[in-house]
Amino acid sequence: MDFSSSSQYVVSQELATAVNAAVTLEKPLLLKGEPGTGKTRLAEELANALDTELLQWSIKSTTKAQQGLYEYDAVSRLRDSQLGSEKVHDISNYIRPGKLWQAFTAEKRPVLLIDEIDKADVEFPNDLLHELDQMAFHVYETGEQIKAEQRPIVLITSNNEKALPDAFLRRCFFHYIQFPDSDTLKAIVDVHFPDLHRDLLDTALALFFELRDVPGLKKKPSTSELLDWLRLLLVEDIDANELRKSREQGGLLPLSGALLKHEQDVERLAEYARIQRR
Amino acid sequence: MFIDFFQTLRRHGLKTSITEWLDLLSAMKANLAFADVEQFYYLSRLILVKDEAQYDKFDRAFSEYVDKVAKVDVTEKIPKDWLENALKRNLSDEEKSKVQQLGSLDELMKTFQERLKEQQKRHQGGSKWIGTGGTSPFGAYGYHPGGIRIGQDGNRNRSAAKVWDKREFRDLDDNARLEQRGFQVALRKLRQFARTGAATELDLNGTIEATSKKGGLLDLKWQSERHNAVKIILLLDVGGSMDDYVYQCEQLFTALKNEFKHLELFYFHNCVYEGVWRDNSRRREEQLPTEQLIQTYGEDYKLLFVGDATMGPYEIAYPGGSVEHWNEEPGEAWINRLTRHFEKVAWLNPQPEEHWRYYMSVRMIHDLVGGRMYPLTLDGLERAMSGLR
Repeated sequence: MDFSSSSQYVVSQELATAVNAAVTLEKPLLLKGEPGTGKTRLAEELANALDTELLQWSIKSTTKAQQGLYEYDAVSRLRDSQLGSEKVHDISNYIRPGKLWQAFTAEKRPVLLIDEIDKADVEFPNDLLHELDQMAFHVYETGEQIKAEQRPIVLITSNNEKALPDAFLRRCFFHYIQFPDSDTLKAIVDVHFPDLHRDLLDTALALFFELRDVPGLKKKPSTSELLDWLRLLLVEDIDANELRKSREQGGLLPLSGALLKHEQDVERLAEYARIQRR
Repeated sequence: MFIDFFQTLRRHGLKTSITEWLDLLSAMKANLAFADVEQFYYLSRLILVKDEAQYDKFDRAFSEYVDKVAKVDVTEKIPKDWLENALKRNLSDEEKSKVQQLGSLDELMKTFQERLKEQQKRHQGGSKWIGTGGTSPFGAYGYHPGGIRIGQDGNRNRSAAKVWDKREFRDLDDNARLEQRGFQVALRKLRQFARTGAATELDLNGTIEATSKKGGLLDLKWQSERHNAVKIILLLDVGGSMDDYVYQCEQLFTALKNEFKHLELFYFHNCVYEGVWRDNSRRREEQLPTEQLIQTYGEDYKLLFVGDATMGPYEIAYPGGSVEHWNEEPGEAWINRLTRHFEKVAWLNPQPEEHWRYYMSVRMIHDLVGGRMYPLTLDGLERAMSGLR
């Protein structure tokens, strides 16, 4: 197993090491990093590279660990019993497998993405400890034991909204996706816009990193925002000279709405530009 | 194996466990980082460190360990027959012919050892390992006792040196960092569950009962979900001396917001007077009279002050004592009104408890809230929560 950059996705060496280790040693890989650094994309690309299925379990604040295993649909069963349906005698007709169950029983070793685990209740990761460790669980209604034939590749992402319990962390590998440096960023842009003008790219990237360095921004623009911005620049046909001109005049970049998502950040930037010009 | 590395990490304050340790060993066994110190760095960081705030500690520990390893005299440590066997296995045909050019294998070994020694001397200045630089016949050969690489790819090793010596994660390292998770666990003590809102959950017991009453004809009963019914008013001191505690307050606020659905936040400065505000940038225009706060929120709300209570005593005791405006009534009158209305009150003070007695104003506030002042630490928060129950 050797995961590396593809034609659609650029992987740093450290990230490749992390993914390869997690795949080889069959451990869940916990990914953290600024929003927009491609944590979720990684799972898609990994599934592509391995030519296997991607099971995506998006966590919300109301998600319970049990929902990932299975759910028992009591209401359908009650209804069926009223209608006198034959199905009602077999309880397994009303057990709906969750994402973990699907991952455990998949034919080919799948990629299971548990997306934004920090959105759930504080106890959520603890409830999954045993299941992720043993890759097995018990179905109380039928007395069945679901065990993974082959351990799925588990990727977990977190945006750091809540801290995760130690016991959970011990069972995972952890990788913090750092914001890419300008060379890596260039490679990423190349993948997405192969015919972007060198000059424009250099200017845009310089401006972009300058923007990230403005102190006190609420949300620093990340890779996905940069890509959106470049797309807009291309559509609007803005060239490097124009960019440079607006930089020299101070004030806002063209189409900065794609980069800054907070009103206060736009104000902050304008203020910062004023100070710089003095 | 790598026991020394493990101990170096522990000494630097990383809480690496034995389980993780064994994971790393099995990763080494699976050849995930063979003969490449950079790879080894990434791999061990991946497995042993679980928080980016710890990355910097790890970088320092790793650097120390690698320094120490570089001082080991490889020529003494590697048994000769081991080298010979490994060499024979690893040499390509081309290299084998080169070996022939050098004469016997004995001679080759001698050259090799000399070269190693030579290189150690050369590198003692600052670099941390031995690299043969791509020209030697030993190019394909690597040995890796916990971090030494003798290989052809010298440049790559040098770039690896930068990875941990750069210490890119320095900003994230913070010993005093308070655990938001710890806060949240402490807040759970205050949970009081009640069923409110729309009935969306199937009430199984109720359904069974109702169905049997109807002689088996299905009668579904629903109930609303259980929610934490605790209501909190948070009064937060901002500005001035509180600027030092912004991080702690943010952590507390996030934890509170996650835990309590009914949370009302208002700000004040130093001491509560006749008005509080919700939005700091518009504090002058949009003040809510404290009187109205008392009338709006029932006594079932729990009142939580957060402030360092560090100010001039006159700011509490005298009319007109406020540093920002003319107050008709002293601050203590307002605090008394609040504590009379709200039964459950707690004051969280981010200042360390042992400093409290040096400030007269802290002692005054402490008395005004009836001794219910707690430090903003995990333990203090737990005490405050049991006080609010």
